[in-house]
Amino acid sequence: MIFLDFEEPLEKLFEQLDKLKEVEEEGIVDVSETIKELEAKINSTRKEIYGNLTGWQRVLLSRHPERPYTLYYINQMCSKFIELHGDRTFSDDKAIVGGIGTMGGQTVVFVGHQKGVNTKMRQYRNFGMANPEGYRKALRLMKLAERFDLPVVTLIDTMGAFPGIEAEERGQAEAIARNMFEMAQLRVPIICVIIGEGASGGAIGIGLGDKVFMLENTWYSVISPESCSSILWRSWDQKELAAEALKLTAPDMLKMGLIDEIINEPLGGAHTAPEEMAKILKRHLKKTITALSAIPKDELIDRRINKYASMGVYEEQQEAVEEKNSKKGTKK
Amino acid sequence: MGWFKRLKDGIQTATRNKMEAPEGLWYKCKRCKETTTMKELRDNYFKCPSCNYHVRIGSRDYFHLIFDGQYKLMFDELRSVDALNFVDLKPYPERLEAAVKKTGLTDAISVAVGKVARKPLVIAAMDFSFIGGSMGSVVGERIAKAIDYCIEKRIPLMIISKSGGARMMESAYSLMQMAKTSAKLTQLAKAGIPYFSFLTDPTTGGVSASFAMLGDINFAEPEALIGFAGPRVIKETIKKDLPEGFQRSEFVLEHGFLDFIIDRKDLKERVGDLLAMFQSTTKKEKAQSS
Repeated sequence: MIFLDFEEPLEKLFEQLDKLKEVEEEGIVDVSETIKELEAKINSTRKEIYGNLTGWQRVLLSRHPERPYTLYYINQMCSKFIELHGDRTFSDDKAIVGGIGTMGGQTVVFVGHQKGVNTKMRQYRNFGMANPEGYRKALRLMKLAERFDLPVVTLIDTMGAFPGIEAEERGQAEAIARNMFEMAQLRVPIICVIIGEGASGGAIGIGLGDKVFMLENTWYSVISPESCSSILWRSWDQKELAAEALKLTAPDMLKMGLIDEIINEPLGGAHTAPEEMAKILKRHLKKTITALSAIPKDELIDRRINKYASMGVYEEQQEAVEEKNSKKGTKK
Repeated sequence: MGWFKRLKDGIQTATRNKMEAPEGLWYKCKRCKETTTMKELRDNYFKCPSCNYHVRIGSRDYFHLIFDGQYKLMFDELRSVDALNFVDLKPYPERLEAAVKKTGLTDAISVAVGKVARKPLVIAAMDFSFIGGSMGSVVGERIAKAIDYCIEKRIPLMIISKSGGARMMESAYSLMQMAKTSAKLTQLAKAGIPYFSFLTDPTTGGVSASFAMLGDINFAEPEALIGFAGPRVIKETIKKDLPEGFQRSEFVLEHGFLDFIIDRKDLKERVGDLLAMFQSTTKKEKAQSS
């Protein structure tokens, strides 16, 4: 098990537990009571640590190297899954995966960012940072879903869309913009789940849907705390401050009304019990697909657009209007 | 010692009428370093008379350049608020206040309705001088309201983009403006109303990755920086020098994401032509819907 810095008390307890288990295996001394006590202590320590996570700690958890990724969830949730490749225009992006699966008897089209599980695969997956063809593959699959009236589930986990020369040449901005435009009018239910990192355009490029969920220990924001720190504070060292200022945690996002629901993770985070996490996610998805499928298509799209149209905070100042309206252009 | 002497001290223009172009009587071109008078620059559509460099200008300048004469500002009553109590080196409300004071504007986009070649047009133009032309809730809402207005009155929409991207101080609210503006544009498209997206220097980040790239017609000023990621970020990521002309309008046109590039002196005429050519479709739809 890999422990993060703030999990240090836990790490020590687990070390003790391991030692005790060795002693138990030797079978000379009965330590079962002590083990039970220690396990209870681990549980309460976990509750304490995980009950008071800061924004930055959630960011670290969302990047935990043992955290389950898109393909893990899909394979756990589906009895059958066929991965579909390619954008039919340029190539097959490895940072966004997708395909068609059977989840609890229901055919579902899945799309999601995919990170690698080891150094080699991380490179192969480009660290979950997609190129335009990734977003275009996602759109192709969503259009497929629309044609055959299948619900779409997108799983989001990216540090951002890839900032590279080729990505710009092939229109990264256009690919992301086009996806949002098409997703707004897609005539099937769309459910988006932030399963890890939700960074900016790279996330929202497959993130416009009827319902948007966040797993408990994830983040979603307009920029990563590191980049925010480097731009606004002009130094990489203020990432913890930036993480707080950005209000990027699931509870913050729910409070702002920008997501629909938080999906709780097993105590200690998704990586401590991935199978259980997949079960919880599947339950949520099934319930939501059933509910959304009952809504007539036109109404579904109206609701979707109205939901996004209502996002934003501003105020209206009345007196300034008249002054401004009286000021008209004079140039001939 | 310079060759030229300033005749009048200080800034003569009232803040209200201030142009985004440099102040004073003389203008030194950023590119060719040639000096020219402000009047000459202004008469030349804010382009350098010797090298045709398009100087960055503001929303009001574009309104003056494009509209036939009078225009009416709309939705100017909307104001940004600090919903997150965002503090970096400065609190967000202070940044807003400073931007309002500096520019005389109320946010990074202004919407106006007027006529071009006697045909109605709504223009939403961004100001880079207002916190880098960043998109927050007010920018998103003004665009959304402009779209509703265009649908109701059946008037074409032109958005002039000039922005570094999303406004970080509004965090996820600003991110959602990408989804909001894109979703609203689908309603305009469904209503059969043309949307002209005009990209100027610079158009990057969340603005290029939403409404700026979604025009029925996408066109740009010469040599404008247009892209998703900023050049500095790309350079840091790939640790290589970027090719000459990378992410400039000509590059973006070459790769198929722009319909054409237009010199500022031909802008008004081209917009008029577009309006005339798309007019019949707007009218036909009107006849059908009524």
